[in-house]
Amino acid sequence: MSMDKAETQALISEVLEVYPDKAKKDRQKHLTANDTDAAGKKCVTANRKSLPGVMTARGCAYAGSKGVVWGPIKDMIHISHGPVGCGQYSRAGRRNYYTGTTGVNSFGTMNFTSDFQERDIVFGGDKKLSTIVDEIETLFPLHKGISIQSECPVGLIGDDIEAVAKVKGKEIGKTIVPVRCEGFRGVSQSLGHHIANDTLRDYVLDKSEEKEIETTPYDVAIIGDYNIGGDAWSSRILLEEIGLRVVAQWSGDGTIAELENGPKVKLNLIHCYRSMNYISRHMEEKYGVPWMEYNLFGPTKCEESLRKIAAFFDETIQAKAEEVIAKYRQQWEPIVAKYKPLLEGKKVMLYVGGLRPRHVIGAYEDLGMEIVGTGYEFAHNDDYTKTIPEVKDATLIYDDVTGYELEKFAEQLKPDLIGAGVKEKYIFQKMGVPFRQMHSWDYSGPYHGFDGFAIFARDMDMTLNNPCWDKLTAPWKKPAVEEAMVVNG
Amino acid sequence: MPNVMIRKEADGALSCYIAKKDLEEAVVAIEFDEPERWGGEIELADGTCYYIEPLSEQPQLPKTMRARRA
Ligand code: SF4
Repeated sequence: MSMDKAETQALISEVLEVYPDKAKKDRQKHLTANDTDAAGKKCVTANRKSLPGVMTARGCAYAGSKGVVWGPIKDMIHISHGPVGCGQYSRAGRRNYYTGTTGVNSFGTMNFTSDFQERDIVFGGDKKLSTIVDEIETLFPLHKGISIQSECPVGLIGDDIEAVAKVKGKEIGKTIVPVRCEGFRGVSQSLGHHIANDTLRDYVLDKSEEKEIETTPYDVAIIGDYNIGGDAWSSRILLEEIGLRVVAQWSGDGTIAELENGPKVKLNLIHCYRSMNYISRHMEEKYGVPWMEYNLFGPTKCEESLRKIAAFFDETIQAKAEEVIAKYRQQWEPIVAKYKPLLEGKKVMLYVGGLRPRHVIGAYEDLGMEIVGTGYEFAHNDDYTKTIPEVKDATLIYDDVTGYELEKFAEQLKPDLIGAGVKEKYIFQKMGVPFRQMHSWDYSGPYHGFDGFAIFARDMDMTLNNPCWDKLTAPWKKPAVEEAMVVNG
Repeated sequence: MPNVMIRKEADGALSCYIAKKDLEEAVVAIEFDEPERWGGEIELADGTCYYIEPLSEQPQLPKTMRARRA
């Protein structure tokens, strides 16, 4: 069943009916039926403050900086500066894989925090921060640098983390980066990405200008791949197989030394545009390094991207790309043959962060599945412009969708599978709707590249065709008697 | 006077990025685009207009420059 535009619009109006007028007017601008004729024009309003009183799935600027951009850099220690919760509750949740010995030369899954107490709010936390730097130097001498990730209170009490970073950095002779990513800045984690990119520019790239490395004509950097479940690894092997040399990974399984190589590469390859376009733009303007977006979800997009990347280089690379594509055909064609019959025609609703709502579509389509609704938590207008051609006409598009709206849309569209975040996961599972957590791959992955596609296809089948779903009754739909029994028993 | 970055996209069209608003838009019109004069009023796809002090030559893009709302 696919809907036409009028039906999609009617669905939107029906769902918005319960809101007060002002809220309705505001939310209306964030919801639409895709109009493929409108390519290049305005789609929905994006990157605006969420309405007070609704359930949003967005995160904060600290989450964007510490959790996304800085956190995966494995040989640096990232201090969650402020109260203990922000860092502890998000600790290691994003599954940015890395190699190394945790606690010795890599620190990815550890939580470093200044654990603010009342005293620190009253008298300021700068002294404590200096002490922490000393302690880190003593306990973890092999770390290659420190970033200070400000949580809300730090900005509110006006601490001077820049001064501490400067003094202490000189003292220990390593890079210390103060990041002003207090959670209250901006409307979502998106501004945190931006702030993190700006600090990478000022504290890492600017200082690495004199650094000399041996270069080849085939040096590239992977940008905006956080190695979730090993994504960057399954991407990297493809790039290496076609003859390129990956000198830096920003920032999954990355090191500060790699980032410093950034300005010397021939081409920056951006996977997550939303979180790292800023640094790529900067490198293009300042160092003349061109950048290119690519997409390694699903064989169709993989082949397309490998050809696009190869076209930037010479014929040897192009020839190798064709060989690699032919080689992996042997691998992925049987996978499609196996899973497509199990998944064909199934409807999928997506609601993810800033890239996947458009990037993973190809992988679903390779399995014969259909996207009936998609939307982003924190995308900007250009992301929606890029989404329009990726989905069919009249597909429902939602920006910063509220918990209520998403549930209602799902009730009406009756998708066979929902891919969204952990905040949505348990509600839909209790409703008996097959669900995949598409931020950190639900404890699975990698999903990038041809190797990742095999895992993706298996996971989607495993979830969607699991016999458990129709045996579930949502707790709120269970007859009252049972509940009484539970209370008494 | 915000800083804007003008860039030439792969298809040859110009785009404008306004860092302060974190906004990217296609440039739909530019007043001067000649070998000896470049800039002036630029119109973005969302309808807003900016004015860039005209340059006496074609700039090396991408380039960040000062612009004001026109
Ligand atoms: S909004 Fe502030 S307090 Fe909440 S997680 Fe983000 S930084 Fe921490």
